Amino acid sequence: MSTVVDAAPKHPNESSHQAGDSGITMHRMKSFAGRDDSTGIESLEVHVQSREFSIFYGDNEAVRSLSMDIPRSRVTAIIGPSGCGKSTFLRAINRMNDLIPRCHTAGELIFDDENVYDPMVDVVQLRQRIGMVFQKPNPFPKTIFDNVAYGPRLQGERNRSRLADIVERSLREAVLWDEVKDRLHDNALGLSGGQQQRMCLARALAVNPEILLMDEPTSALDPRSTASIEALIGQLRGDYTIIIVTHNMQQAARVSDFTAFMYEGLLIEYGNTTKLFTNPANKQTEDYITGRFG
Amino acid sequence: MGFFSILVMAAALILILYPIISRGLSAYIFRATSEHRRVQFTEFGIGSAQEIERETAEVTAARQPVFDMIVAHEKDLKAELQEAVDQVHALAAAEGGFLQRSLERRLKRAHADASVEEYLTVLTDVRKSLEGQFDRERFTDVITLITERKQRVEVETKKLTEMKHALRDLLGPLPGDRITELLRSHYGQTRWDRCLHYQDKFLYRYEWDYSNPELSGLKMRTPRVEDFRGTDLEPAFAYVRDNLEAMMQPRLTLYWQFLTTDSRDAHFFGGIWPEVLGTFYLTIGAMLFAIPIGVIAAIYLCEYARPTKTVSLLRSCISTLAGVPSIVFGLFGLAFFLNTISVSESKSVLAGSLTLALMILPTVIRASEEAILAVPFTYKEAALGLGAGRWRTVLTVILPAALPGILTGIVISMGRAAGETAPIIFTAAVSVGLALSPLQTLNSPTPALPWNIYNLCTEHEAVDEIRHVQFGMVFTLVALVLMLNIIAIALRARISRKLRG
Repeated sequence: MSTVVDAAPKHPNESSHQAGDSGITMHRMKSFAGRDDSTGIESLEVHVQSREFSIFYGDNEAVRSLSMDIPRSRVTAIIGPSGCGKSTFLRAINRMNDLIPRCHTAGELIFDDENVYDPMVDVVQLRQRIGMVFQKPNPFPKTIFDNVAYGPRLQGERNRSRLADIVERSLREAVLWDEVKDRLHDNALGLSGGQQQRMCLARALAVNPEILLMDEPTSALDPRSTASIEALIGQLRGDYTIIIVTHNMQQAARVSDFTAFMYEGLLIEYGNTTKLFTNPANKQTEDYITGRFG
Repeated sequence: MGFFSILVMAAALILILYPIISRGLSAYIFRATSEHRRVQFTEFGIGSAQEIERETAEVTAARQPVFDMIVAHEKDLKAELQEAVDQVHALAAAEGGFLQRSLERRLKRAHADASVEEYLTVLTDVRKSLEGQFDRERFTDVITLITERKQRVEVETKKLTEMKHALRDLLGPLPGDRITELLRSHYGQTRWDRCLHYQDKFLYRYEWDYSNPELSGLKMRTPRVEDFRGTDLEPAFAYVRDNLEAMMQPRLTLYWQFLTTDSRDAHFFGGIWPEVLGTFYLTIGAMLFAIPIGVIAAIYLCEYARPTKTVSLLRSCISTLAGVPSIVFGLFGLAFFLNTISVSESKSVLAGSLTLALMILPTVIRASEEAILAVPFTYKEAALGLGAGRWRTVLTVILPAALPGILTGIVISMGRAAGETAPIIFTAAVSVGLALSPLQTLNSPTPALPWNIYNLCTEHEAVDEIRHVQFGMVFTLVALVLMLNIIAIALRARISRKLRG
């Protein structure tokens, strides 16, 4: 279990704009503007902390004693071959694994000073604070408006004009507003795949989550839609803590500040994205990113 | 191949439905006679008084010749008897004394207005009194005359009575008839097809010929006119044969009131509204109980119950329940709802609805379960991911998405509830009743289409007379169930379209 820590010095602007996309550093890789390549994890505020956290499907240990700190307001990518436990870990953060029978956990997963798996935790509230975007776009068979307004309505918002405001804000955040503003009351299933996924993102954003979990959000999309989702992630960075699971290493390299590499339920390497892709500390990581296995 | 099988199925369906539709429609569309319109006016207040009056006058005028012929024929018969009476009068005058007084007293009843029957009674009386005399040999001539005339006239009278009976069946009460309480004896045939049937019975005597022991009997039609050869009545048969239309005035009628009026005299007249309404109440009542319980049970089984042995046992129990014969449900309903917990004092729509609900519950649960399980897991995931609780997820996402399937199940069971006879025999149905108000359904039994169809076909006192009512009911029930199914298909398509966007 080697958590490689990037030893680069603290960025001069970091302290004054801790949560913003400050510290504009010229990127060395093809990535969106504003990525902080030089900052180390330990210098940032921890948002989610995994402590010796394990997940079992029956007797099968899918995630093994994983420890990692996920920083606030940054994009953290989790990569690894199929079946390495990355999705399982992601879905554990807002307890979506509760739906799976015989799934149980050990260790702690701390979010906001509280163990997510504490029996006292209100799962409903937790999921409102930790939003999720799934692998396949999964709009409800309702209108676009009703889809986006679903979360706020759950929270008891009934005021028509306030709902409309929230829907507009969320759709603007998801860069979908201009495309759908004239057809808000059409069925969401009539949108294209990329639009559907952005709408799902808007739906997740409408409840003002603190964290966005993205489970391979572009694997079902064409390259153009993928590009738009990636651009969107770039724009949301700084306002939300984003954890993204992806198969696509280029995508991880493009969008994330930090990357974790998992293999067979173990966290192999975790650190600054640029560092991990250009100068991996671990032989397995290197083999994986250079395409020798996986 | 596919086309061919569809063709065969369509042909089979038409073959099955054709008699139902064609014969059933004859309850609604038929050639109605003036008697029908008279019934409608007198019993149900449908139609205009002037119209009925005018028509009755016309019809009566057309029938009058037959009545006149009957009167003339009766007069002839009376005249024959009158000769015997005159002889007795002569005898009495000749004898004088006590015998004269006694005979005259008896003969007083045989006046000009008396009926043939009266004459016959008087003559029987007279003959008896003459035969009672100790020197009766003196009266042999008169007694023989009386006996001979009486015999001849009695035979004639019997024929006439039979003929009048047949005529009464066709036209309704004849002038001078004593009207009985039974409503059906107040009117003639209301339908032209029945008119033709009774015309035939009037024109021909049906007799069974058992002379050949090899056969079980041959039905013989003898023209009734043979009985009255040479009498005043002879032309009556040709007249009825040729002028029946004028006597009954058949007119093609759309009798939609068949659906909306109640019946009189055990379905002899009127419509089937109490039955239709009863079926409606029973079906709606069954749905009121079955839908909430069934859907909630399905939600529980799909979303809440852990897959334990008990739950799988529960599921097989539900499946088994779906295969229990409906009469068992009927008896259970009687034993439980009426005898044990007494939801009402007698049979009632409430008890029937509960029994029917129990019967269709397995179908509702199974269909709802299927529909809920068919909702993509991603919907559920999305809702839960947004922070919806389990119940909210069910309410806002799963149920709306499962609605088409649930609706289909509901409507199929609705069709079943509407058409089921056995469960309501002991719990809700009566043969004859009035339309109930919604409040009365709590403690009153009701007629209902399936039960009354059965009842009319098997237990009604005059099954043949009301065939059209039976078929009308069958047609109405089939149309009702078909309509429910069409509504279901349309609703399902509409909702699916809305869900698909």
